[in-house]
Amino acid sequence: MAVSPQFVRGSSSAFLTCLLLFTTFVSVSVVAGENNGTWGDTSRVSQVAEKKGEEVADSSVTHDQSNSSEHKKVFPVLSFNYDHVRTPFEISLWILLALLMKLGFHIIPRVSNVVPESCLLIVVGLLVGGIIKAIGEEAPVLDSKLFFLYLLPPIILDAGYFLPIRHFMENMGTILVFAVVGTLWNAFFVGGMMYAVCQIEGAQLGNVDLLSCLLFGSIISAVDPVAVLAVFEEIHINELLHILVFGESLLNDAVTVVLYHLFEEFSHAGTVTIVDALLGVVCFLVVSLGGILVGFFYGILGAFTSRFTSHTRVIEPLFVFLYSYMAYLSAEVFHLSGIMSLIACGVMMRPYVEANISHKSYTTIKYFLKMWSSVSETLIFIFLGVSTVAGPHAWNWTFVVFTVVICLVSRVLGVIGLTYVINKFRIVKLTKKDQFIVAYGGLRGAIAFSLGFLLTNSQMKNMFLTAIITVIFFTVFVQGMTIRPLVELLAVKKKKESKPSINEEIHTQFLDHLLTGIEDICGHYGHHHWKDKLNRFNKTYVKRLLIAGDRSTEPQLISFYNKLEMKQAMMLVESGSAAKLPTVVSSVSVQNIQPKDSSRRRAIPSISKSREQEIRKILRANLQKTRQRLRSYSRHDLMMDPFEDNLSEVRFRKQRVEMERRMSHYLTVPANRQEMTPVRKVCFEPEHKVFTYITDGESPKGQTSRPHPSSPDAVSLLHEDSQRDNQRSVLRAKGDTELRAKTPDNQEQQEQQEEEQVKLSRCLSDPGPNKDEEGDGSFHS
Amino acid sequence: MGASQTRSESVYQELMDKTGFSLEQIKNLKKRFLQLSGNEETISRENLDAIPALANNPIRKQIIEAFFDKRNQRSSEVGHLEEIGFEQFVMVMSHFRPPALRTSVEEREVMRKEKLQFLFNMHDTDNDGVITLVEYRKVVEELLSKSGAIGHEAARAIADAAMLEVASTNVPDMAPDDFYEGITFEHFEQILKGLEMESRMHIRFLDVDTSTMRCGKSTS
Repeated sequence: MAVSPQFVRGSSSAFLTCLLLFTTFVSVSVVAGENNGTWGDTSRVSQVAEKKGEEVADSSVTHDQSNSSEHKKVFPVLSFNYDHVRTPFEISLWILLALLMKLGFHIIPRVSNVVPESCLLIVVGLLVGGIIKAIGEEAPVLDSKLFFLYLLPPIILDAGYFLPIRHFMENMGTILVFAVVGTLWNAFFVGGMMYAVCQIEGAQLGNVDLLSCLLFGSIISAVDPVAVLAVFEEIHINELLHILVFGESLLNDAVTVVLYHLFEEFSHAGTVTIVDALLGVVCFLVVSLGGILVGFFYGILGAFTSRFTSHTRVIEPLFVFLYSYMAYLSAEVFHLSGIMSLIACGVMMRPYVEANISHKSYTTIKYFLKMWSSVSETLIFIFLGVSTVAGPHAWNWTFVVFTVVICLVSRVLGVIGLTYVINKFRIVKLTKKDQFIVAYGGLRGAIAFSLGFLLTNSQMKNMFLTAIITVIFFTVFVQGMTIRPLVELLAVKKKKESKPSINEEIHTQFLDHLLTGIEDICGHYGHHHWKDKLNRFNKTYVKRLLIAGDRSTEPQLISFYNKLEMKQAMMLVESGSAAKLPTVVSSVSVQNIQPKDSSRRRAIPSISKSREQEIRKILRANLQKTRQRLRSYSRHDLMMDPFEDNLSEVRFRKQRVEMERRMSHYLTVPANRQEMTPVRKVCFEPEHKVFTYITDGESPKGQTSRPHPSSPDAVSLLHEDSQRDNQRSVLRAKGDTELRAKTPDNQEQQEQQEEEQVKLSRCLSDPGPNKDEEGDGSFHS
Repeated sequence: MGASQTRSESVYQELMDKTGFSLEQIKNLKKRFLQLSGNEETISRENLDAIPALANNPIRKQIIEAFFDKRNQRSSEVGHLEEIGFEQFVMVMSHFRPPALRTSVEEREVMRKEKLQFLFNMHDTDNDGVITLVEYRKVVEELLSKSGAIGHEAARAIADAAMLEVASTNVPDMAPDDFYEGITFEHFEQILKGLEMESRMHIRFLDVDTSTMRCGKSTS
């Protein structure tokens, strides 16, 4: 980013002025909208009448008459009707504002390094709120319905869908203890202490009773996932801490929901009995387990639906989003925990959906989720700022100050106490540093605000809201800003920046089996035993049901390997050069590792030069043909834009060069190596390039069609059109025989292996556009 | 066993010092050992083979073999035993102890090395100190063996890719004619550095007696 400072400053100041103008525009539009409200209907109707030139209902007639009595109506060339589009217009303006703000922060790197984005957004919200108030209009407040139904779900879905399952499950016990017991402790401690504070003479708080305090405590005690995400995302701490705090913020939703409803009911009723308390506990179980079940149900539905979407790839992402949203809404209907339902749905759905959908759909899902959650988060923080300025406040020094202090104290005490107990059961204990980060990372956010907003008792509501906002500001600003330097200072372990490694994956699986085996030998059914049982159940029953085609039987190691190869191939295309793969920065290549020791195959002579040339020529021709076929697809297939052709042409050429280089490399080594290359090659070819090789009518011109064992597979993998199935299988069969016929000088052994490869070497886990079009089972051994 | 509690304690004391288990844990392991061996003094491969729960494990053979491998006894001998006694059983089990809260960084390093050595021994079946491509291929094949008829080729490709990765990270500048013999222990350590073996390779050894629970006993 070699931009000169002046330019940046100049452009950023220009940008900021534009931003300021924009915010004024936003406020003005809000004002204009307000004024339009009264005579909106009639004006719209008259508009319609004018457009259609027809006589309409009385109201318009009277309007017309009143108009015509003044002057002859002139046909309106240009008219202004803002009210018509008011709502979507304003919404879009707000979202645009939010995004422009986000953009602005990243242009000014200095600020965004010190201050977390959430803080900046709140400040912006404050500014906008201030402007609106200065104009004298009423600013929009963060409506709870808007928040809970529209702004919160995308963030939670994004978090749940990409939740690191392994870490989550390993630390489930700890997370649950923190979420349930910790939140309960916080709620009661804060509530109780605040009640004690309210008893202090001279604080004018005498009218706050115990139940209200407890209600307040339950609202303020929950760690907020939005705030935690916003801050922790930027500091990159190690996965354990991240999942602990984040998991806690997700799972405490059930506790919060129950406590909130409980205390609200009680504060209306006035008295509490033991039965009520017991019912509360039962309610908690129902809320949490019910939410999870609802989530699982929708997750399975979603996974099952995705099994059949191979013909309509374009709408696949929508299924994921809609089923998840339905899960959330369904849970909310019964007052179950919507957040837990959403998380459960995402977790349940993900492995199966990802096995079924195409690569493009996967990317779409990922980006849409990130996009929506980003927008939501930004909007939430801005609205929080605006609401702060707008809302009626009742500032009470004692109450607010004590709230902040007591919240902090209770969090610290809670974490320390619980860790002491938890460490007795954990293998990998939590150190003091970990505890500090967990305690410090307990940020409050918009959920607390919205819950406070829902309170009905207006007298104390304002005071509570003020206190809540203060706590939120304190945690987000003070704790959010200082957590990064503290993490550096305490030298907390950061997230590992490691690339996925095939060796690590092999050994992770190896370890799993090893530990399960050792547990079996030891004779007790531990953690690994049950995990293994679950995996086996999953493999034999669930996967078969929910995953399309034969990918259901693909072992995880192979999917991982194929995904890795695919990624490397993509990177190769992205880097656009004919150089080596970025990850392999060494000169080590396949031949370095092949055993030179004696085997029968050693005696095989290498391919003659002429043969090599022939193969190369065939390949070239083949690939060219592939290219031409692309244009004949129908509109509904996901294919490249014709405008992209030039660019991809260049890329394609580069890849071909690279591939040929590799080919030559492979071809010059003894023949027994060849069997490996097809499999590798298959996966190196990115999907958009290798399409139909099969053509309609252009029957295999003998030599030109099947030169190399890998091409039929590589191509057939990513085939789009289903009608060509039959042709393909015929062609393939022919190709096999031709192949065999064509290479008489190779060993029979090699042929056999090649035949096997033709069957076996499939990028099974590459969910290419029409992965499972290949209904024919001839390739499954 | 019988009367002299103190005698068995002192006998176990040595074991406890060598392996780091507590007395309770050793007693439980002894009970399990006797279960597996049918109240004999030694366990043979057949005893371990007969555990029903192990039947579904793809790397069963390697696990069982590891118990009879002399290299895992922390002596410098090599070779294989036909039968193992209780001490050897516990020695092998001690590789799976979790690190305590108060282990220092050096102790963790030592622990990690030990566990990695155990894994290395499991892969290096011919005792030559390197994991060759053939051996590694076998490892991957075994891992995939229970997953249906995916076959040798995929396993081969994966093993080759893995080997390539090890070679690239450890010996980046190899001439085209050089030959990478195999994964030595240092390279093995290097490649698995990210996994933090000392925290992952452990099972919970219970302090309570579980022999009254029904478990995969080989003999009744």
